[in-house]
Amino acid sequence: MFDLIKSIAEALVQAIPWTIALTVSSFVVGAIVAIPLCAMRVAHSAVVSRVALAVILILRSIPPIVWLFIIFFGIGTGAIHLNPFMSAVIGLALITASNLAEIYRGSLKAVPAGQFEAARVLGLNRWRQYVDVLGPQIFRVALPSSASFAIGLLKDTAVASTIGVPELASAAYHVSQSTYKGIEVYATAGVMYFVISVLMAWGTRALDTHLRVRIAR
Amino acid sequence: MIDIFELWISWLPSLLSGLKISLEVTFGALILGIPLGLFLAVGVGSSSRIVKSISVLIVEFGRGAPALILLQFLYFGLPTAGLTLSSFVSSVLALALNAGGYTSEIIRAGLQSVPYGQREAAFAIGLSARDSFRLIVLPQGLRVAVPPLLGFALLLLQATSLCFTVALPELVSRANDIGSSTFLYMPVLVLTGLLYACICVPSTLMIGRVERRLSRHE
Repeated sequence: MFDLIKSIAEALVQAIPWTIALTVSSFVVGAIVAIPLCAMRVAHSAVVSRVALAVILILRSIPPIVWLFIIFFGIGTGAIHLNPFMSAVIGLALITASNLAEIYRGSLKAVPAGQFEAARVLGLNRWRQYVDVLGPQIFRVALPSSASFAIGLLKDTAVASTIGVPELASAAYHVSQSTYKGIEVYATAGVMYFVISVLMAWGTRALDTHLRVRIAR
Repeated sequence: MIDIFELWISWLPSLLSGLKISLEVTFGALILGIPLGLFLAVGVGSSSRIVKSISVLIVEFGRGAPALILLQFLYFGLPTAGLTLSSFVSSVLALALNAGGYTSEIIRAGLQSVPYGQREAAFAIGLSARDSFRLIVLPQGLRVAVPPLLGFALLLLQATSLCFTVALPELVSRANDIGSSTFLYMPVLVLTGLLYACICVPSTLMIGRVERRLSRHE
């Protein structure tokens, strides 16, 4: 029994770098794309803000699997060639961007109006206002929700197995088909996802505490 | 452009019957999952240590593992132990387990939002612990939980797309079948996306409105 689990775990561990690479790349790309999207969403122009709302709603209303298929089968086999990994990153990053844009917007509201006014009164230009004064505060407020989203994203990367990215869920499928030990294989894969998400939660909490100590000083 | 509309109309019956299965799985998972979530929410707050640990375990299992892994565990895993489930049954059970984990957290937050004074008042007018929970705490707690539960129901509808991997003939499977037989992936996937969006976009806007309405007097 123990030997079996050990050999299954060894086969599955090799797929973990793919899962982590997918999670990290889509989160980073999504977190960057979310900034202009959030800026559009809070823009004074009603048209720009409506467009951003429509983009966010549509991105969030269609299941990840459909986005991945659209990008991989629809776009990736046509004019431009996209490999499965790239397609998965693009699809998941778009979904991440739409969710993080809303999280940023919530955090933007949580920063007291006085901070915006003070930054302007000090004569800082728009860029410095955001980079030096508002950005760090928004980041701190957005951290816990973004981290919960990132943990959800880790689990969403499992859908990349449907377009052939050799990540954890795909490895679990292949190992279970070759060993006929479905229960043990999927249980091991489930535990692996669980361990990664616990580590992510733990890391975030440590970062959050660290930031709180700095601001309390 | 006209061609595309003609294709869409010819595909629509197949996709709509797929959507019907997606909705059936969603409702099935909600009907089993929300009561499970309620039990788990009560269980996690229980003073009995055994009930509490079992509930926490199920919640963490339901939320911690990706829905896809739960689904494939039930569909590909259990048969190796001699228990074979149809793709529909395993889809409903896997998503119900997932829903139980998530809705228990939503319901727990709702129950906790009921001020403690309500319980004290119920005790003061002589209600038993059971009646105070059933008549006083639960109705108020569930009211708070309604908008997030509706939001979760939409996520669950999207999650039924995973059932494609266990050969359930739901919306994405139908789209994939059409795509692989005609090689017209893009048009059929766009139509599939539109069908999901037709349900989810108006519902999301409506939930936002319900939420604002319920929090009007706070």
